[in-house]
Amino acid sequence: MRTFTIGGIHPPECKLTAGKSIVEMPLPKQAVVLLGQHIGAPTQAVVEKGAVVKTGQLLAKAGGFVSANIHSPVSGKVNKIAEVVDASGYPRPAIFIDVEGDEWEEGIIRSDKLERECKLEPEEIVRKINEAGIVGMGGACFPAHVKLTPPPGKKAEILVVNGVECEPYLTADHRLMLEKGPEIIVGIRILMKALNVNKAVIGIECNKPDAIELLQHLAQPYPEIEVMPLKMHYPQGGEKQLIEATTGRQVPSGCLPIEVGAVVQNVGTIFAVYEAVQKNKPLFERIVTVTGKSLTNAGNFRVRMGTPIKELIDFAGGLPENAGKVISGGPMMGKALASLDAPVAKGTSGVLVMDEAESKRGQASDCIRCAKCVSACPMGLEPYLLGALSEHKDWEGAEKVHMMDCIECGCCTFTCPANRPLLDYLRIGKAKVGALIRSRKQ
Amino acid sequence: MANNFYVSMSPHFHSGDSVSKNMYRVIIALIPAFAVSLVFFGWNALLVTAISIASCVLFEWLIAKFLMKRPCTICDGSAILTGLLLAFNLPSNLDWWIVVIGALVAIGVAKMSFGGLGNNIFNPALVGRVFLLVSFPQQMTTWPKTIFQMKVQEAANAISGASGAVADATTGATPLALIKAGQFDQLPSYLDMFVGNTGGSMGEVGAMAILIGLVYLLVRKTITWHIPVSIMATVFIFAGILHLGNPEAFVDPLTHLLTGGLMLGACFMATDYVTSPMSKKGQIIYGVGIGVLTVLIRTFGAYPEGVSFAILIMNAVTPLINVYCKPKRFGRLKK
Amino acid sequence: MNAIVIALIVLGSIGLLLALVLFLAAKAFYVEEDPRIDQVQEVLPGANCGGCGYPGCRGFAEACVKSSSLDSMLCPVGGAETMKKVGEILGMASVASAPKVAVLRCNGSCANRPKVNRYDSAPSCAVAAALYGGETACSYGCLGKGDCVEVCQFGALSINPETGLPEIDEEKCTACGACVKACPKMLLELRNKGPKSRRIYVACRNHDKGAVAKKACAAACIGCSKCQKVCEFEAITMENNVAYIDFNKCRLCRKCEEACPTGAIHALNFPPRKPKAEKPAAEASKPAAEAPKPAAEAPKLAQAAPKAAETAQTETPKAE
Repeated sequence: MRTFTIGGIHPPECKLTAGKSIVEMPLPKQAVVLLGQHIGAPTQAVVEKGAVVKTGQLLAKAGGFVSANIHSPVSGKVNKIAEVVDASGYPRPAIFIDVEGDEWEEGIIRSDKLERECKLEPEEIVRKINEAGIVGMGGACFPAHVKLTPPPGKKAEILVVNGVECEPYLTADHRLMLEKGPEIIVGIRILMKALNVNKAVIGIECNKPDAIELLQHLAQPYPEIEVMPLKMHYPQGGEKQLIEATTGRQVPSGCLPIEVGAVVQNVGTIFAVYEAVQKNKPLFERIVTVTGKSLTNAGNFRVRMGTPIKELIDFAGGLPENAGKVISGGPMMGKALASLDAPVAKGTSGVLVMDEAESKRGQASDCIRCAKCVSACPMGLEPYLLGALSEHKDWEGAEKVHMMDCIECGCCTFTCPANRPLLDYLRIGKAKVGALIRSRKQ
Repeated sequence: MANNFYVSMSPHFHSGDSVSKNMYRVIIALIPAFAVSLVFFGWNALLVTAISIASCVLFEWLIAKFLMKRPCTICDGSAILTGLLLAFNLPSNLDWWIVVIGALVAIGVAKMSFGGLGNNIFNPALVGRVFLLVSFPQQMTTWPKTIFQMKVQEAANAISGASGAVADATTGATPLALIKAGQFDQLPSYLDMFVGNTGGSMGEVGAMAILIGLVYLLVRKTITWHIPVSIMATVFIFAGILHLGNPEAFVDPLTHLLTGGLMLGACFMATDYVTSPMSKKGQIIYGVGIGVLTVLIRTFGAYPEGVSFAILIMNAVTPLINVYCKPKRFGRLKK
Repeated sequence: MNAIVIALIVLGSIGLLLALVLFLAAKAFYVEEDPRIDQVQEVLPGANCGGCGYPGCRGFAEACVKSSSLDSMLCPVGGAETMKKVGEILGMASVASAPKVAVLRCNGSCANRPKVNRYDSAPSCAVAAALYGGETACSYGCLGKGDCVEVCQFGALSINPETGLPEIDEEKCTACGACVKACPKMLLELRNKGPKSRRIYVACRNHDKGAVAKKACAAACIGCSKCQKVCEFEAITMENNVAYIDFNKCRLCRKCEEACPTGAIHALNFPPRKPKAEKPAAEASKPAAEAPKPAAEAPKLAQAAPKAAETAQTETPKAE
């Protein structure tokens, strides 16, 4: 079985909710729709306080090419446009909508009937995806239409579908593949058409044999779609690692995947594309895994964007007494929340409630130079060195040892026997080195 | 609002590995070798080991508490390990005060003066041993015979009836000293060398026991194969070439592998985290360097044994190796 | 005997030979340097803090000698006195500038600003700021991890374990600006030291609306603009729900301090206010007992003064 070649770790899987079917979550009383749910330019709100909105109506317009529209996840009245502390830990502008009923915008097809055929031209498809505000749903939230528009001179050759879900605990993509397999296959064919590629490969880690089997069966009529079982290996869901695992090509340092002719899309994104193109449904809901060892009713829920995370936890059985940490996303790359008022956004793949006992980090001691971080780094970097340089604010030195290659996967901190917060310093270093490089270009 | 959650950067998972776990794993891996030393050298081995560990731990505690004034670090097991490794590098009949001096040099000079675990350049136990070797050459190179060798000798004496002629029979030459003296025919058998029935430092004699420990460390992923294998392979190949060139002057490579501190050095001393290179490529260069230096010192140098010097020299080169040997980077080929 | 003589001759001749080489090299590679650079460097403090913007004191001395005027040159550590000396050496007029000192524009002590979560990452403000708003509900305030303390070369900063905030020892502070650059929340500011070290500033940078800010921190600036209204010199500007006092316009009348309902405005090193007639004597005597101390004990006084100020403010509404 294939996997990527450098570094990587094997964290405990903890896929507690793998057997739980997707459950529709009831609508929140008030939806808090963040104006920034993606990487890139912020959006401009097009509704005002007091406006009555329908589900699926445009709330905020993309603020540039690398940006994504935001649609109302509920119907109701705009209460206010104010700030809310989101998963970034800072107050960010958001539209607060008091929910009244659930009236959908006209033109959205609400039936579950599978629409196989798509007769649209590639440009039409990309335009629809752009209008639907679809972003990468794996967590990075990079606007999907940007990836589908290769820069001049570059040509996509293969569509890599990310069904890896290498983060421990998360099962949202797994459930989606099991329950929406036919739709995903249609979505893949739509994207292949949009990209004008004749090959697609779905990478799925072998801890999901049911999903592999199902998709292999569904993809049988389409020889151009290959389902590839992959070895369990974190961070296989990382774009560069997945491309290497599936195609054997390494994206050169500092380049985008299109450099090797690959475009990676998450299965969640693929499903959103299907819904946008075939059902005219913009992106306003997603599957969220709400999980944790002490949650009584952990599961995979279909959630409207803007639902406060507190309501998700309540729906999953309420916050346990011994909760010590709540994470938006998975345990390896997710963000710890300071406030449960933070709403679900396009990139919220999971909510993990950790027990008090497993929440606290161990006491850090001096580096013993065991080189375990070096062995674990999937980018072949030297985290111990980068961490030390970053701690001593030697940004030029850090740049020379390829600080910018870091993908922030957390393998180094995970593996460090001295409990050193390596990634903490690497993140700072990456930000500073990035600023340094930008200032040099100006 | 005030939910008092912990907030930290990702990852929120940890492997559960710790410095002390790694240290104790190495200590566990040394148990077979310790058992061998007990079998062959008796209670003396236990005594020297106990003194060495106790004084290492004591010195670390004293220095951390009164000189460096920082939290005590003896619980991480590194001082115990240093003490154990130091003892393994000493003859079992060494006077107790020499052992204490060795421990002081190992912990005080080689480790704590650099800032404690993780900051030292040289392997503390080896610095202690080499210090003793150059300060007390007489005591450090007087090796006791193993219990079995003495029994054999007694039996031989009984047969020949020459009871008075064994005044200094409790000590004997190590295989390496025999090699140095060119007395190849007096070398013990491979089997004796493999199980440890030869003269030498307490922990280094039993090649088999050390290999068991190595397998344990590899299985527990405490160390990787790169350093021990590259050292052994280099010694074998280099000594093999010399032996093929002139079998009269140079002993066969298997004897090189099984004698002296090579096994102990390759498996436990050279693989010390702190003083070995970080990248796999660097580790192999480091191992090859130790192997070449060991054979050079053994065959052409003044000392019969060269493992400790070779490791210390390569320890000094490690920072340089770290600068020039980078791990294989992902996507390093720029278009 | 012979050996000693040979050794002496050999070593002596090697020494002589090397001396000759060094002498020739020094001649051959001699670099002409303006002697005034050394003179200027001599009068500089020699801390090499980089506060002037040049790489160390030598760099600053070279820049001074090269430049045609000293207008834009300032050694923040040595201040006007040092610049005057530099001016004398170079025969140029130095610009007299007011001595400055760093102030912390946050009043979010443990008592004022309750913690709502537990920070568990690397002990660094930069890391904390990259992670989230902070351990309290105020995402503009001091993170208390001591990045400023770490960069201060003069030991002028220290974290007060009681308040969790850094304190500035104004005797040691040289206004080099290292802490200003280090603070990710931009809370530290270099302000005029003021006559007799008296100065007034807004100790808050919370941009939230009044109610939100007040909920997060008892001593937050709530953007009520009262201080702006009472200021007779137009020294106070309101931006993003927070007041700012321009120290060039401020005349230290202390009216704003009196008007502030939350105690966000700090007045340092002022003599204690005379107790007003209607105030109970017992309350007023507390700050009065602490405050009147010689100027030499300024740092201690600096801590006492805000306390005095707070007491005064909590009382004003009652008095009205």
